[in-house]
Amino acid sequence: MRSFVPDFDLVSATALEHATDLLSDGWRPIAGGTDLMVLFNAGKLPYRKLVSLRRIEELLDITVRPDEVSIGAAVTYTRIRQHAVLQREFPALCLAASWTGSIANQNRGTLAGNIVNASPAADSAPVLLAYDAEVELVSARAARRIPYREFHLGYKEMQLRHDELLHSIHLSRANEKWRHYARKVGTRRAQAISKISFIGLVQMSGDTIDNVRLAAGSVAPVPLRCYRTEESLRGERISSTVIHRAAATISSEVQPITDIRSTIEYRRTVMANLLADFLKSLR
Amino acid sequence: MGECAVRFTVNGEPRTVVTHPMKRLLDVLREDLNLTGTKEGCGEGECGACAVILNNELVNSCLVPALEASDATICTVEGLATDGELHRLQREFIKAGAAQCGICTPGMLMAGVHLLSRCPNPTLDEIREGLSGNLCRCTGYMRIFEAVQNAAWQSE
Amino acid sequence: MGTAAPRKEAAAKVSGTAQYVDDLCLPGMLHGVTVRSSEPRALIRNIRFGDGIPWHEFTIVRASDIPGRNVVTLICDDQPFLAPMQINHAEEPVLLLAHKNKDLVRRARNHVFLECEPLPPVFDMDEALSARTVIWGNDNVFRRFCIEKGDVDAVWADADLVVEGEYSTEAQEQLYIEPQGMLATWDAETGITVRGSMQCPFYVQKALMPLFNLPPEKVRIIQQETGGAFGGKEEYPSMIAGHAALLAWKSGRPVKMIYDREEDMAATTKRHPSRTRHRTAVSRDGQLLGMDIEFAIDGGAYATLSGTVLSRGTIHAAGPYRCDNIRVRSAAVATNVPPHGAFRGFGAPQSLFALERHMNKVAQAVGLSPEEFRSRNLLRQGHATATGQVIKEPIDLAGLQQRALDLANYSDKLQRFQELNRESAIKRGIGFATFLHGAGFTGSGERNLHSVVHVEARPDGTVCVLSSMTEMGQGTNTILAQVAAEALGAAYDDVEVLRPDTTRVPNSGPTVASRTAMIIAKLVQSASLSLKQRLFDAGSLTDGYSPRQFKDACREYIARFGELKTSAQHQEPPGVYWDDEKYKGEAYGAFSWAVHVAEVSVDTVTGEIQVDDFVALQEVGRVLNPVLAKGQIEGGVAQAIGYALYEKVVWVDGSMANNQMTNYIMPTAVDLPTIRVFFEEIPYEHGAMGAKGLGELPMDGAAPAILNAVENATGLSFCHIPLLPEDVLKKLSLARESTMHLAGSAA
Repeated sequence: MRSFVPDFDLVSATALEHATDLLSDGWRPIAGGTDLMVLFNAGKLPYRKLVSLRRIEELLDITVRPDEVSIGAAVTYTRIRQHAVLQREFPALCLAASWTGSIANQNRGTLAGNIVNASPAADSAPVLLAYDAEVELVSARAARRIPYREFHLGYKEMQLRHDELLHSIHLSRANEKWRHYARKVGTRRAQAISKISFIGLVQMSGDTIDNVRLAAGSVAPVPLRCYRTEESLRGERISSTVIHRAAATISSEVQPITDIRSTIEYRRTVMANLLADFLKSLR
Repeated sequence: MGECAVRFTVNGEPRTVVTHPMKRLLDVLREDLNLTGTKEGCGEGECGACAVILNNELVNSCLVPALEASDATICTVEGLATDGELHRLQREFIKAGAAQCGICTPGMLMAGVHLLSRCPNPTLDEIREGLSGNLCRCTGYMRIFEAVQNAAWQSE
Repeated sequence: MGTAAPRKEAAAKVSGTAQYVDDLCLPGMLHGVTVRSSEPRALIRNIRFGDGIPWHEFTIVRASDIPGRNVVTLICDDQPFLAPMQINHAEEPVLLLAHKNKDLVRRARNHVFLECEPLPPVFDMDEALSARTVIWGNDNVFRRFCIEKGDVDAVWADADLVVEGEYSTEAQEQLYIEPQGMLATWDAETGITVRGSMQCPFYVQKALMPLFNLPPEKVRIIQQETGGAFGGKEEYPSMIAGHAALLAWKSGRPVKMIYDREEDMAATTKRHPSRTRHRTAVSRDGQLLGMDIEFAIDGGAYATLSGTVLSRGTIHAAGPYRCDNIRVRSAAVATNVPPHGAFRGFGAPQSLFALERHMNKVAQAVGLSPEEFRSRNLLRQGHATATGQVIKEPIDLAGLQQRALDLANYSDKLQRFQELNRESAIKRGIGFATFLHGAGFTGSGERNLHSVVHVEARPDGTVCVLSSMTEMGQGTNTILAQVAAEALGAAYDDVEVLRPDTTRVPNSGPTVASRTAMIIAKLVQSASLSLKQRLFDAGSLTDGYSPRQFKDACREYIARFGELKTSAQHQEPPGVYWDDEKYKGEAYGAFSWAVHVAEVSVDTVTGEIQVDDFVALQEVGRVLNPVLAKGQIEGGVAQAIGYALYEKVVWVDGSMANNQMTNYIMPTAVDLPTIRVFFEEIPYEHGAMGAKGLGELPMDGAAPAILNAVENATGLSFCHIPLLPEDVLKKLSLARESTMHLAGSAA
């Protein structure tokens, strides 16, 4: 079922104020269109008035500062994959960018779009959770910056008012010294929506875990940071018992469902297996 | 909602179309410009049959609103040949048997051309990744890989 | 012959000028859509047109408007073009709309409301077979077959071992990348003309004649370039062609109907789901003594081609094995889902999947390797198949099998993987399947088709081949031109294969069943030889002529006599016997033979299976064009890998719930292994230049080969496809639990 094209309007904003003013008037933002145009083509797009962000200069940049890297809302996956600082300091983000859709879709799709589409299966969301990213939200009236972990409130519910735009994503460069393990289990190797995705970041002293961050996609109504499992691992030495216990903890921490792509049992088991695989790789 | 005038360059020619801003670039190419070489396979950015090169980047034209193509430079399968001479990848597609039913071929060619433009001498894995957004149901992709490889060797 | 002549229409395809139906646009053209049922089984009480749509601008066709018979003529007259009152499956067409605005007509479709009284649906084959709820005929069975050879009931008592197994397969979507589409025009003088994407123009004509009560000359069907078909455009095009034609007839305007992907996947045919039960008697030394096989397929709501699919699946169920006592009983069952239909392999992939998994099980039971057990039982020249067809050709299947295993480095890998698997979470394995595929229509089918082709020289000396064989990517245009050129001594470039148009080409039967190269190309060869003979007889040609001289001779002949056209009609080779009642005799003109070897890795962390290497060795008679033949095998294997590991139709209340390419998973360029293709060639005396059929064969072997490899890798035996990571992980967890349980009780 297609949408009726004349019902829709699209304007291209060239300045941020133009876009935020339109948002105040009830328009909705569109960036790469790789999610919204699919809905539009299927006749399921709930908005009629769209403002494109692709020509707003300040949203098109990846800005590297001494303490952080900021990714503008209109930056595509392809640019993220190719960015030298991101490749060096946030390799799991570049990897997650490569998981997303096809090359053609990476050439259009944006990280910010992926976040505000608010799919629990978003490929880059767990990575941003693990890197403790922050998001900057702006409206015609104000701007605010919040930790990304507070952004998703429930299934398709966000800390994002209708007049607000997700302006940029900020990554603290203190992340450098983490070792990472990241894996997407999709329906196939490319062009796939994840059945489950997982990232682990860890800092070790010998075989003792000093610090660990774990996050997963498609295992809960929102992209999930697994704090309880993290807590249970901090200060532990890697052993079979610890691995076994952590796998059990994470299985109970996630709340997956059965859907068109996979089952609750599978997601729970794979979650435990991926964590175990990650921890074994640290030995 | 009203229509708007969209100007862009398609296959080297400046064109202007008056259209709804949300009309898909795919439909603009096929219906307004009669460039029917670009195909629709799924309408959800999944099969790559509608792939074109827009400002040197491969895109699925079913996911691009017409307005977003303003001022762009677009190349479709009809623009690959120069002066009646087929692009070397088109020639290699013929030789290797890379086109069977032919419906994925225009998009596959655009993905191949895009790959060769940023990676002139791709490994088999790079070819596989470069074409992984284009579904082909006929060939099992093997003849297509061969065509891309052969075209790459010619460019050395 | 045997050379890689370039594909005839390749230049048009790579330059984007090839004309598919959606590329056509006629002045005043309307766009048509179908209003479909969302209920799987119901009675229509009322059709309501919602507000806000300018209905007076629309052309609307209901069942009651149909001028002729409301039946899609094929084999059984059970399926209407538009459901008059009773709905038998979800997505059943009820009403047609056309409007000049494509967007508006699509929106209008959502504003037609069918008010229905639901009836209890049947979705399950066993439920259907129980006939507690009768949804078709008296017993929900479209067709049954029974093949009996020897006396299978006599073998059980004395058998050293009896091995049983049950195997099942699910629906598979053809997923041609070009959705179904038709463009129809109506003219009171000339009647109906339909152009579109199809395999069988004369099937469409046969279905549209009674729909409009028109004679054949007033129903003209023209094939457009066809963007993949794989069986999916064998019978279904009659439906959409009928719909487009009805709208054109009612509106008096050209009407184009193009399905979008979601509609195409939800509403059109898929491969029949199946269940096969095997009971096999075997001696201690590994001789097959008896095979008792029950094969059932789910046909969906209407008969369509289910009986014919069942027939092929039944005949292939005992595969390439010699056994004196065989019984195959089969049934095609009705359920309330959209009709399943033709798909490359046509029943054989289902029953061969079961057989080639079961043969591994039997081998294991008698303590032989899968290859040794098969070698002891494979058919040889002079042996008879299940239907009693005696193998006349000098095929050495055990040798073919050994060669394939050597090409795959099978025995080294078996050993190496065993060592590697001890330490690794990735378990590697290798497996194979040995199988056959009959080419051409089954039994008396080819005899009844009376296929005809013409070869005609034109005034400029070039030659035209006229047949109803369609090009859908498989290479019809190219091989028919090659065969004609070789038989005539003409240049390949001087031979054109005409695109089928029922007013211009003779009926050579449908483009199905791997019959083009073997049967139709043979007719092209015969007609070409008679044309050449005519030139000799007229003194226009003498021995040792060049293609140039041939062209001149044609020109000269036509200048003198006005026309140079010859025909050939299919004659069954002598001594061919088939009993349609008992299902005995020569089921096919010839079989092609193959051994496919798959190497897999199974990730025990995620249950994901990757095919790492694939060797496809086959004997298909003479290979007419090595590049095209390789492409056919590779493409078939790719579809078969999809069938085995990726492609699952998710059904909810009789509807396909994952009817999008995002959620119906076919392999991409990174999911497939390098598919290595090898041929052996034993020229077949009745095929064109020695060719047999090869298009469907590669669909048959990969699924069992892969599941055999998975068993080799993991020790886990799976009997169902698609085999998804979810299934693997479930069984792995169970296996681990039971090992732990055993370890626990031992302690």
